[in-house]
Amino acid sequence: MSASGEMFQRRTQLRRGLGGVFYVIFLMAVCVGILGLVVLLARVLVEGIPWLSLHLFTDYPSRHPEQAGLKSAMMGTVWIMGLTALFTVPVGVSSAIYLEEYAPKNWLTRLIEVNISNLAGVPSIVYGLLGLALFVQFMAMGRSLLAGALTLSLLVLPIVILASREAIRAVPDTYRQVGYALGADQWQVIKGIVLPSALPGILTGTILALSRAIGEAAPVIAISALVYLTFVPTDPLDRFTVLPIQIYNWVSRPQDDFRGLAAAGIIVLLVILLSMNALAILLRNRYQIRSEE
Amino acid sequence: MGSVQYGEVAAYRSVARRRANRRRDLEGKIVRWMFFLCAVASILTTVGIVFSLASQAVAFFREVPPWVFLTGTRWAPILVPQSFGVLPLVAGTLLVSVLAGLVAIPVGLATAIFLAEYAPDRVRRIIKPTLEVLAGIPTVVYGYFALTFVTPQLQKLIPDLLIFNALSAGLVMGIMIIPMVSSLSEDAMVAVPRSLREAAYGLGATRLEVTLRVVVPAALSGIVAAFILGLSRAIGETMLVTIAAGATPNLTANPLESIQTMTAYVVQLSLGEAPHGSIEYNTIFAVGLLLFCITLGMNIIGHWIVRRWREQY
Repeated sequence: MSASGEMFQRRTQLRRGLGGVFYVIFLMAVCVGILGLVVLLARVLVEGIPWLSLHLFTDYPSRHPEQAGLKSAMMGTVWIMGLTALFTVPVGVSSAIYLEEYAPKNWLTRLIEVNISNLAGVPSIVYGLLGLALFVQFMAMGRSLLAGALTLSLLVLPIVILASREAIRAVPDTYRQVGYALGADQWQVIKGIVLPSALPGILTGTILALSRAIGEAAPVIAISALVYLTFVPTDPLDRFTVLPIQIYNWVSRPQDDFRGLAAAGIIVLLVILLSMNALAILLRNRYQIRSEE
Repeated sequence: MGSVQYGEVAAYRSVARRRANRRRDLEGKIVRWMFFLCAVASILTTVGIVFSLASQAVAFFREVPPWVFLTGTRWAPILVPQSFGVLPLVAGTLLVSVLAGLVAIPVGLATAIFLAEYAPDRVRRIIKPTLEVLAGIPTVVYGYFALTFVTPQLQKLIPDLLIFNALSAGLVMGIMIIPMVSSLSEDAMVAVPRSLREAAYGLGATRLEVTLRVVVPAALSGIVAAFILGLSRAIGETMLVTIAAGATPNLTANPLESIQTMTAYVVQLSLGEAPHGSIEYNTIFAVGLLLFCITLGMNIIGHWIVRRWREQY
């Protein structure tokens, strides 16, 4: 073989070897993320399972770890989830319908879309401050469930809008044309054809948005301004606390027992979130089957 | 039926139909307006954020000039003597965010490269949902993890480490934003057309060379935007740093010390007893406004980079 041929062989081997080295590096990087998740979950389970018990759900928080429970936090979370869904779904779905079906391609539409994507990147604590200034003070709702729910519904609104838009966009245009061919006008087509077809996707998006909302502690702290509550809210103007805030409260305490309690609370929260996401994925899969028919 | 009665019925039917049509038109118009107003609500939200932050912050800036706020190096609003220099909070935020970036940017990019260029489909289908789980975990959980696991482990390696420190928070925050950096970078790389890759292969390049010298440069705008958006997320993060990084405003670059970020300060004061309307209370809006401007600026720059520098194929 010629001299340059030998050089080529050697260099090729080097390049291939380098490729192998980098393959391992990239693989290790992926493992960092996965390992982090595994260690985190393992840690939470190890610390939290000893503290899991039914009385977690029936007791209020207390200074004594053995008597402390999640009752006020769980009820607050349930209330917040319901109220947030009540506010965010109509506004979000309506916005999505407008943007997908009615909006002309002009500057106003572009402004709205840019706005929504900017709002998605605003830190959650800033939403908390908005809620504090607007709902708690200006509209005088006090530090109530109502103010918290309105704040959270603004926070997750971009998620609902995005998911709903995708669901509406996924409805094949032929479906709409069938409606028009039968003499329906635009709203009839949307009401009778597009929305029912997009409903599973919209539902999936709503569930994902709600699962984001119940994991948020920062905006709720800004609104409710407390972390220790020993009663259950009975109407939307009551004060409240939510599960992530109770976890934060327990984590912040110096005694080791409370760390275990915090881990137990985390397990409860993660189970709730896992169930919600599993439900959303289940819906998404059934939806995909339907649109392939 | 006589022809006269038939005509009357026909006339009635057409009148009724016109009335029904008009009612349907009206319903359509009302519905369209309602939907439009909902869409506009998003603009109102942004306006609301700016307005509510600014109006309360203005009350603060009447007492403390913005120049003093932005350049002062001592943050002590609830101590005596009071001091309102925000730089320690900004430094704390930046310290934790830079540490998070040092973790998330290389790992996120490498993960994205692996998923986009190397991984077979089965592996992708396992790894992507796993990363999405990582992204969906509430941040209090990450705070718990940083405080109860990462800090003690690090203290075994670095005895000088304080319980509340920037290093643990930064590392865990890095893990937290890996999925975001990874998925945005991967989107950018997957968008590069196959023809470019195949041209390089045709010239005899190895997979590594195709990836690093063709795909990544082509997707660079999206990748840089991914970095910026990931950092912006880190800057805005609240619960992780509140739990793990401390409540000590500290103008330092030493990650082993306790610091306080802008977001953690807002939490601290929200839980405190500052009376509504007092200057201490208004500091949370001034800090909030600064935080909002920083993250908004970074997001705008990120989107602009994608728009301006994206290679058109």
